[in-house]
Amino acid sequence: MSAVPVQTRAPAAQRVRQMSGQVGWAVLAWVVAIAFFLPVLWMVITAFKPESAAETWPPKFTFSPTLAQFRLVFSGWGPYVTHSLIATTVSTLLVLLLGVPAAYALSVYPVKHWRDGLFFFISTKMLPIVAVIGPLYVIALNAHLLDSIWLLIILYTAMNLPLAIWMIRSFMLEVPGELLEAARLDGAGRIREITGVIMPVISPGLVSTALICVIFAWNELFLAINLAITNAATMPMFLISSVPQEGLYIAHLSAAATVASVPVVLVGWIAQRSLVRGLSMGAIK
Amino acid sequence: MTVLEDLAPPPKVEVRPRGISRREAWQRRLPLLPALIYTVVVTQIPFVVTLWYSFQSYFWNTPAPAHWTGLSNYKTVFTNAAFRSALVRSVVMTATAVIVAMILGVFFAILLDRKFFGRGVVRTLMITPFLVMPAAAALVWAGPMLDPNFGLVNYLLQPFGVHHVAWLSTHALGSVILVMIWQWTPFMMLIVLAGLQSQPPDVLEAAKVDGAGAFATFGELTLPHIRPYIELGILLGSIYLVNVFDAVRLMTNGGPGTATTNLPFYLYQQVNNAFDIGGAAAAGVVTVILTIIVATFALRMFARVFQFEGAGV
Repeated sequence: MSAVPVQTRAPAAQRVRQMSGQVGWAVLAWVVAIAFFLPVLWMVITAFKPESAAETWPPKFTFSPTLAQFRLVFSGWGPYVTHSLIATTVSTLLVLLLGVPAAYALSVYPVKHWRDGLFFFISTKMLPIVAVIGPLYVIALNAHLLDSIWLLIILYTAMNLPLAIWMIRSFMLEVPGELLEAARLDGAGRIREITGVIMPVISPGLVSTALICVIFAWNELFLAINLAITNAATMPMFLISSVPQEGLYIAHLSAAATVASVPVVLVGWIAQRSLVRGLSMGAIK
Repeated sequence: MTVLEDLAPPPKVEVRPRGISRREAWQRRLPLLPALIYTVVVTQIPFVVTLWYSFQSYFWNTPAPAHWTGLSNYKTVFTNAAFRSALVRSVVMTATAVIVAMILGVFFAILLDRKFFGRGVVRTLMITPFLVMPAAAALVWAGPMLDPNFGLVNYLLQPFGVHHVAWLSTHALGSVILVMIWQWTPFMMLIVLAGLQSQPPDVLEAAKVDGAGAFATFGELTLPHIRPYIELGILLGSIYLVNVFDAVRLMTNGGPGTATTNLPFYLYQQVNNAFDIGGAAAAGVVTVILTIIVATFALRMFARVFQFEGAGV
């Protein structure tokens, strides 16, 4: 890659070189992306296979597609999807309910030790939940919360709250000061200020915060598998239940995996732009 | 307690932010309290209980009540080779996955930083592995992808002389790490891409005019600029990946033998197979102490990486 002085090249030749470079770049990017996406594609393709066509050598690329596996999935997913929907929705709403005021107290009119507050919340994300799983089991047992959807709601709220506070705070810091001052002059109290001035301005940010919380709550397995075995079993556990001890199951599993993944994949695709902000806890705008 | 109060009378002058009345200080504190109390109760109480049980012998499958055993659980943890090897494996898995995912992430981000036909679609395809439910990813990799008899990977690698390799038994650790990398590369890519796109274009333009080659520009201008983004990605990736459980449980169940047993899976086994709450608690306390040591550095890094804007209006 030596630097060639521009003047010595004919404009046409340069254009051709630039064009071919661009095409090469695009081809490379597409090849890499498709290779990376391949497992997802293969999962979806396998989901449409009859079971007999899913476990063949060589793998079959042409077959008559069937919805049989999906029908099977939809006949059995009822309780699992209900639990997942409840745990995800309720915990996300709780996160917003607790997170908005907290973020306000750490940004707009900050408490004295707002830095310590912020770092306390983030530090709870660093403590490994796996370390307390045994005692958590005993606590849940004694509190009669074991295998209950409420336990998952409580834990998922705690799991997502730090992330949400950091993220919402980063949106609140962007609310123009004049807007808040105007509201103050109009005699708006704290609550009016939050609900009437700040929330409307940061509502896109609140939506993307909620979407991030939904992703993590929907996908969570470790807590669910340890603490909610039957009465509150969630979608990841539905996947596990779709793997039988014996017999052919690959097509059925693929259909179940597709169905379980679709909601979050769609949410993520829609929220692409704000995904990075959420994942970096608001550090990257 | 009363003695302490007598010894330390409340200070006459309240320490509070400059120019803020006491009432105002409480009004500011109030909205924070629900979230703060909630987080303290839900995340800290289990740790206190863990500490308590770590000094007890308690098997939840037996009717015998918990009783004090002093430090015996800790003795077991420190002399137990299984805990040590699970700890080492956790470190190896996390470090390998984070580093490889970051290298691939940087590469993908550079690819996406240019305009080309269908960039939006390519970006969408590339972030998808991160969005797939981890349990689904683990099961799909274990079955349709890596199965020795009908897996797509063996089929695609056939031209390279690979024949029906049973990846999950012969390369168990590598397979699990592969799935971790596959899921977390998009995360790294998104963060690095944000860094690349925040680079002022005129600086790059100036370098080009000065005749700097692409590699020189990347090494001397771009890399220093995206360094904090890379650090942030490594930090956040480590926080999540050290807790990886789904891939281990669903692909290899910790095996063959203990070849893929990391700390989360080890603790899961202690509770679910060995029913040993006390032992799991002691292992948990040791894990937490190690984490605190690492997290202290991590938090310092956090403070450096995050540009703290002045709070308030």
